[in-house]
Amino acid sequence: MRSENERTKAMTPQSVTYDPVIGLEVHAQLLTDAKIFCGCKAAYGGAPNAHTCPVCLGLPGALPVLNRRAVEFAMRMILAVGGTVRHEAIFARKNYFYPDLPKGYQISQYDQPLGDGGSVGIIDAGVEHRIGLIRIHLEEDAGKSFHPENAGDDATSLVDMNRCGVPLIEIVSRPDIHSPRQAGLYLTRLKQILEYLEICTGNMEEGALRCDANVSIRPTGTTAFGTRTEVKNMNSIRGVERALAYEIERQTRLVQSGGTVVQETMLWDEKAQSAHPMRSKEESSDYRYFPEPDLLPLRVPAEWIQTVRSSLPELPQTRAKRLATQYGIPAYDAAVLTDQKALADYFEATVKGFADAKKASNWIMTEVLRILKDRALDVRKFPVTPASLAELLGMIDQGTISATMAKEVFETMVASGRAATDIVVGSGLAQISGDDDLAPLIDAVLADNPGQIEKYKGGKTQLFGFFVGETMKRSKGRANPQRVNDEGRDRDLQQQHGPGARPRPSRRNCGRALVGDHSRIPGGVCARFD
Amino acid sequence: MTDSPTRWSVAETVERVERGEVTAAAATGAHLTRIEERRSLNAYITVMADQAREQAADIDRKRAAGESLGPLAGVPLAIKDNILVAGVPCTCGSRILRDWIPPYEATVIERLRGAGAVFVGKSNCDEFAMGSTTENSHYGPSRNPHDPERVPGGSSGGSAVAVADFQAVAGLGSDTGGSVRLPAALCGVVGLKPTYGAVSRWGLVAFASSLDQIGVFGRTVADTKAVFDVIRGHDPRDSTSMRTNGARPAPKQLTIGWPEEYYGEGLDAEIRHSLEQTANRLKDSGHKIIPVSLPNSKYTIAVYYVICTAEASSNLARYDGVKYGHRADSPDDLLDMYRHTRAEGFGDEVKRRILLGTYVLSAGYYDAYYGTAQKVRTLIADDFTRAFATVDCLLTPTSPTCAFKLGEKMDDPLAMYLSDIYTTSINLAGLPAVSVPCGTSKGGLPIGAQVIGRPFEEHLILSVAEEIEKHRR
Ligand SMILES: [Zn+2]
Repeated sequence: MRSENERTKAMTPQSVTYDPVIGLEVHAQLLTDAKIFCGCKAAYGGAPNAHTCPVCLGLPGALPVLNRRAVEFAMRMILAVGGTVRHEAIFARKNYFYPDLPKGYQISQYDQPLGDGGSVGIIDAGVEHRIGLIRIHLEEDAGKSFHPENAGDDATSLVDMNRCGVPLIEIVSRPDIHSPRQAGLYLTRLKQILEYLEICTGNMEEGALRCDANVSIRPTGTTAFGTRTEVKNMNSIRGVERALAYEIERQTRLVQSGGTVVQETMLWDEKAQSAHPMRSKEESSDYRYFPEPDLLPLRVPAEWIQTVRSSLPELPQTRAKRLATQYGIPAYDAAVLTDQKALADYFEATVKGFADAKKASNWIMTEVLRILKDRALDVRKFPVTPASLAELLGMIDQGTISATMAKEVFETMVASGRAATDIVVGSGLAQISGDDDLAPLIDAVLADNPGQIEKYKGGKTQLFGFFVGETMKRSKGRANPQRVNDEGRDRDLQQQHGPGARPRPSRRNCGRALVGDHSRIPGGVCARFD
Repeated sequence: MTDSPTRWSVAETVERVERGEVTAAAATGAHLTRIEERRSLNAYITVMADQAREQAADIDRKRAAGESLGPLAGVPLAIKDNILVAGVPCTCGSRILRDWIPPYEATVIERLRGAGAVFVGKSNCDEFAMGSTTENSHYGPSRNPHDPERVPGGSSGGSAVAVADFQAVAGLGSDTGGSVRLPAALCGVVGLKPTYGAVSRWGLVAFASSLDQIGVFGRTVADTKAVFDVIRGHDPRDSTSMRTNGARPAPKQLTIGWPEEYYGEGLDAEIRHSLEQTANRLKDSGHKIIPVSLPNSKYTIAVYYVICTAEASSNLARYDGVKYGHRADSPDDLLDMYRHTRAEGFGDEVKRRILLGTYVLSAGYYDAYYGTAQKVRTLIADDFTRAFATVDCLLTPTSPTCAFKLGEKMDDPLAMYLSDIYTTSINLAGLPAVSVPCGTSKGGLPIGAQVIGRPFEEHLILSVAEEIEKHRR
C-alpha cells in the first residue's frame, strides 16, 4: 500500500481522482421467539433485564443450547442470496471485555461460518450490479449500556441484558460497493430480502439492522486496495450514506494533501454529521477466537437444507415478475408493489376482492402510498383492509360513487377505519345513477339554457359537453357521468329524430326544479345560468 | 456396621432410614457434629447445617407420610464448592466469588435432591479447580486425614477429605485433569471421573469446558456407583451431555492393559510395587494382563496445560466486577475496575493460567500452541482407541507419589503439574477412569490404582475397581 501511496504522491496528489471501495458488515437481529442460546424472549423492549436467565446473564455454571429456529432463519437468508450452507459449522468464542458482554466473550462463528458466498443485486442508475457476499454467520447479540447524563460525579452506567443473546446474522459483503448511494441501495435490498423472509424487522432505528462499513480509496483506474478504515455507529440507511460520503471525502482530502490513511475505527456522529476516530483503548485488536467448547459442531444435513429451501417464500424480484404476468400489470407497477412484501401482500389481497388488477394497482400506488408516506405509516398498520379497499373499488366500478367522491370516502375510511358502504350510506353520498333521480336535473339544465340548445341544434355539437358539465355541477358531483352522458345523448337523439318520446321541459317546470334544487346548488352557478 | 451413621455406607444409610431405624435428621446431625469436631482439616468452605437439617426433616416427613423415598434417602453428601446449590454461597475457592449466591442449581444437585440426598456442605477446593493439592484455595488448604501435615490432593481435596474422614458418606468433585482421582488416591477413597458427556455440566462452574466433568467420591466402589447412577444421563441443558444406549455386558474374564509409559521414571517405587501386586491378584482371578503402549503420553502435560489454560482464560473473563462477586473499590475508570477487581480477586495460580491461556490464544501464537495442542490431543485420544482395540480397560497408578507435605511444591508449579501426569490424558481423551485404593505405603499413606475404560463403560471399570477393593480386604 505504501508503494501505491508513494506513486500517488509522485504524480502530484491534487491531480489524481480517487474511487471509493466499500465493504459492508451488516448485523440483522433474527425474529425468533426465543434467544439463540436460552429460552428467554428475544422480543425488542420490555422492562430492563426482564428477559434474562442464567445463560444470557452469563452466570457461572450456565451453558448455551442452540436454538434451531435461529439456524433455520440464518439458512433462509443464506439460501435466498444464493449462498452455500455448510454441512458443518463451528461456533467460536470472540473474547473481549465490555460491561454489556456478560461472559467476557461473544459466541460467534469464525473460520467455519454457517454460510459462504452468495450475492445481492442492486440497480444503480438503471444498471444492475451484483454485490458479492463473503459469508453469513450466526452469533449472539450483546446487551446495551446506558450512560445516564444526569449521573454527575457518580459516573454510573447501567446495563440492560434483554438484548443479550438475541440471535444475529452477520452478512459480510465483498468490497464490491463503489459509492455511498450503492451502499444505500445494497442496504435497502438486504432489508427488503430480510423482510420478505420474515426473519428480521429491518428496523435500523431499533437496532434490528445495523451496519458497519470498511472504506478505502484508490486512484481511479487502479486495482490495489488502499488502507481501509472502519466506520461504525450509523443508525439509518441515510446515515450510512452520509457517513460514507464524509469518510470518503476525508480520506481523499487527506491523501490529496500528502497524508496517509491510518487503519482505524471511525465513529459516526449523526448530530454533528461527522466521524471521529475511536480511542484506541476502546478497540480490541485481538479477539483470541477459539472453538466454543460448550457447543458441539453444528451439523446441517442436506435434508434440512432442502426443507428450508423448499419453504423459502417468493423473493421480491420473482414476485414482481409473477405479479406482472398473473395480473397483467406493467412491470413498473409490479416493481413498486413488491418493494415491500407487505405492500405486495396488500395488493394481492385487494385483487382477491376486486378483480381489475390495474385499477387496484393504480389506487394502491397513488392513494395508499400517498397516505402511507404522508403519515409515515407501515402498510401492515394501514387502517383500511384490502377487503375494504376492494369494496370501495367495486363501488366505483359499479358506479355507486364517482372516482372523485371515492377519494373523499377513502380519506374517511383511513381516518375512521369504517367500511366504504357504511360511510356512503350514512352521508348520502351515493351517486345519482337512476333515471328518476337524474331526469329532473337534466330537465332543469335544458330548461335554463334555451339559447345554448338552439346553438346546439344549429350544429354546435361540442356544446354537449357543456350540458353534461352543468348537470354534474348541479348534482355536486354525485351524478354518474356515464349515465349523464347516456341520458343526454338519449334525449339529443330524440330531439333530432322525432318528437314525442319525452315531453320537452316547460319553463315552469324548469323554474320549479331550479327552486327545488336551489338549496343544494351553489348560487353562483344559477347566476351564470341566468 | 458401627452405631455411628458417619460410618455407614450409602446402602446401609438408605436401608436404615427406610426401615425407620434412624431418622434422616439423626444421620445428618451425626455428620454435622463430626464436621464441627474436625474443622481443623478444613474440608468445607460452607457448612450447610440449616439447609441440611431441613432436607433431612423433609425426608423424615415423607417417610412418615408413607411416600416412596429416593435411592439416596438421607445420605449426607459433600458438594465441591464449584457446583451450584441454589441459595447457598458458591465461592469456587476464590475471593472473587466470596459473596456470590447462585439463584439456580446444577442438574446433578437437582437429581441428588430428587433422590433424597442431603447436602451437608460445600467442600474446599483449589481456586476454580486449578491445582493438585487444594492449597490454592482462598479459604486455606484442606489437610489429609491420614496425616494433617500432608496435602489431600486436589483440586477436589475438600470432598475427598470429607469422605475419607467420615464428614460425609459420599461426595461430588469435578475432574478436569485428575481433580477427583488424585485426591481420592491421596486420601484413600474411591474417585470416579465419568466419560466426558456422561454427567451434565449445567451448574458446574467452568474451568476448562472441554475437559471438566463432575465426578464422585465414595469410601467404597458401591457407594460411588450409587451416587453416579443418580447423577448420570443426558441433560438438555448441556449440549455436550450425551445419550447412551446402555453399556455392553462386561465379560467375566477381562483383558487389562498395562501401559508401559505409565510405569517409567518418576514413579514412586512403593506405588509401582503396589500396582504390580494389584495386577497379579487380578491375574489370579482369571483376567489377562497385557502390556500396551500409549506413545503420545509424553506430550500429555504440555497439551493439557495449553488447552486448559486457553479455555480457562475465556471462562474466567466473566469475573470482571460488573455483575456479581468482588469489585475493586473506587476505580478510576472501567479499565481500572477490571484490573483491580481481577488483581485482587484471583490468586496466583489462577492468574498464571489466565496469562498462559491468553498467550496461547493470541494472534501469531494460536497455531503454534493451541492449534498444535488440539492436534496432539487427537493423537493422544487415538493412542487409547488403539489400545482399546485389544484390551477392555487399562490399569495404571493414579499419582506418581503418595501425599506430600503441605507447601512442598507450592513454589514449583512445574513439579506440581507433574502430579497430574497419569490423569490428564484421560480428560484429553474424554474417557472414564476410577481411582481405587490398592495399597498403603510404609509410612501409612494410601496408594491409588487407576482403571481407565472405554467411553461410557463406567460400570465395567467400577467392577474391576470392586475386585481390587475386595482383594484389599
Ligand atoms: Zn436467557
